Amino acid sequence: MDKRVNTLAEAVAPIQDGASIMIGGFGSSGIPFGLIDALLEHGAGELTVISNNAGAGETGIAKLLKGGRVAKVICSYPRSPGSIWFEKRYEADEIELEVVPQGTLAERIRAAGAGIGGFLTPTGYGTLLAEGKETRVIDGRGYVMEAPLHADFALLRAERGDPWGNLSYHGTARNFNPVMATGARHSIAEVRHVSSDPLAPESVVTPGIFVQSVVEYGVRP
Amino acid sequence: MNRLSDSALAARVAFDIPDGAYVNLGIGKPTHVSAYVPEGREVIYHSENGILGVGPTPPEGEEDVEMIDASKRYITTAPGASFFEHSDSFAMMRGGHLDIAVLGAYQVAENGDLANWATLDQKFPPAVGGAMDLVVGVPKIFVMMQHTNRDGSPKLLRKCTYPLTGLGVVSRVYTDLAVLDVTSEGFRLVELTKGNSLTDVQAVTEATIHA
Repeated sequence: MDKRVNTLAEAVAPIQDGASIMIGGFGSSGIPFGLIDALLEHGAGELTVISNNAGAGETGIAKLLKGGRVAKVICSYPRSPGSIWFEKRYEADEIELEVVPQGTLAERIRAAGAGIGGFLTPTGYGTLLAEGKETRVIDGRGYVMEAPLHADFALLRAERGDPWGNLSYHGTARNFNPVMATGARHSIAEVRHVSSDPLAPESVVTPGIFVQSVVEYGVRP
Repeated sequence: MNRLSDSALAARVAFDIPDGAYVNLGIGKPTHVSAYVPEGREVIYHSENGILGVGPTPPEGEEDVEMIDASKRYITTAPGASFFEHSDSFAMMRGGHLDIAVLGAYQVAENGDLANWATLDQKFPPAVGGAMDLVVGVPKIFVMMQHTNRDGSPKLLRKCTYPLTGLGVVSRVYTDLAVLDVTSEGFRLVELTKGNSLTDVQAVTEATIHA
C-alpha cells in the first residue's frame, strides 16, 4: 500500500465546488498551510470550512476567505487577533457563520468518525447555542442533543508519516488533526517528513485507515 | 477606591489554587496566574489545544510555532507534561477531570450565571471557544475581571443582559476591588482590596453584596 502523492496539487485535486472541508489547526499550530495554498490555486469555491478558528493575517484559512472561496464557516472561535478577512466577510454578510462550543465541535466530529448518531452534552444548555435543539433533563441536569458533523474532506498537518498513511505530530500541532482524520470521507495529510519506512507502531497517533493521501511538505511556518 | 493591579490580582487568584491542582486558565488576564504560584506548590496547567503541563515562556529565539497555549502565546513544557488531541483535551474539561478554571467575564449574575462569549452587538462576531465546555465540566469556576466596565457601569449584576455562557456556574469572583463568593443567597464578601469600604464597592455593584 502506498498513499503517498508527489505534489500538493495532486493531493487536493479531488476537491470540488461546494465541498465541506475540515481543516486542522489551532491558532497557527498544526494548520496545513501548503494544502490550503494548493486548494486556492486549484480553484474550488462555495466551500464549507470546519475549523477551530477562521484564519488570521493573510495566510491559511484567511487566504481562502480573502479569495472569496468560502460560503460558510463552522468554528468555535472566529474572532482572533488579526482575523481581518473573516471579519470583513462577516460584516458584509458574505459568509454564513455557525459557532459551536469547542468541545462540542470536537465531539460532533468524533461522533461522525465513530458512527454515532448524536449525543447529549450539558455544554451550551440554556444558552443561545442550544436554541432549536432537542434538550433532555437527566438526574436533574440539562443536556443538549448534538448531531454528528461529517465532511467531504479533511486537510491535516502532521510531523511524520509513512506510505500506509500513519501519522504522528509535533507539540501542540496535534489539536484537531487526529479527530478530523476520522470525521471526513477523504483525509489528506501534509506531512513534514514522509519516510518510505513504516513509522514505529507504538508512535502512530493517527492510524493510516483514516488517511487517504499523504504529501510531503517540509516547511514549518 | 484602591484597585489591585493586574499582577496583584493574578497573584491573589494563584494564592487560592492548592498544591496538586489541575487548572485551566482562560485567555486574557487569567493567563498571568501561572506566573504567581506560591513557593512549594506544584500546579499543573492545562491548555485546551492539547497540553497538560504548560511551562514558562521560552527564551527569545527559541519559540516554536507548534508550541503555543490557548491564548496563542509561545510556551514550553513543564516536567511531567503530555500532548494529546482535542477529543482527549475536552474529555478532561467536560468529564470533570480538571479542578479549577479561571475565566474572564463580561458579566456575572448573583445566581452564578456567566456571560463571557457574546455581546448584544450584531456586527461583532461571537466567539465561544472552550468556555461553555469548561463551565459545565470543571467543579470550580473562578472569574477574574475588572469590577466595572470602562465607563463605570457594573459587571456584577442581578441578572446578566448578555447571552449566557453557563447557568449558575461561577464559584468565586476576583476583581480589582474585592473577592466575592457566589452563594445560594447571592454574592458574599470574602475580602475587600485594602483600604476599600463595603459601601464604596456596593455603590459600583448592581447586585447586593452580603457581608
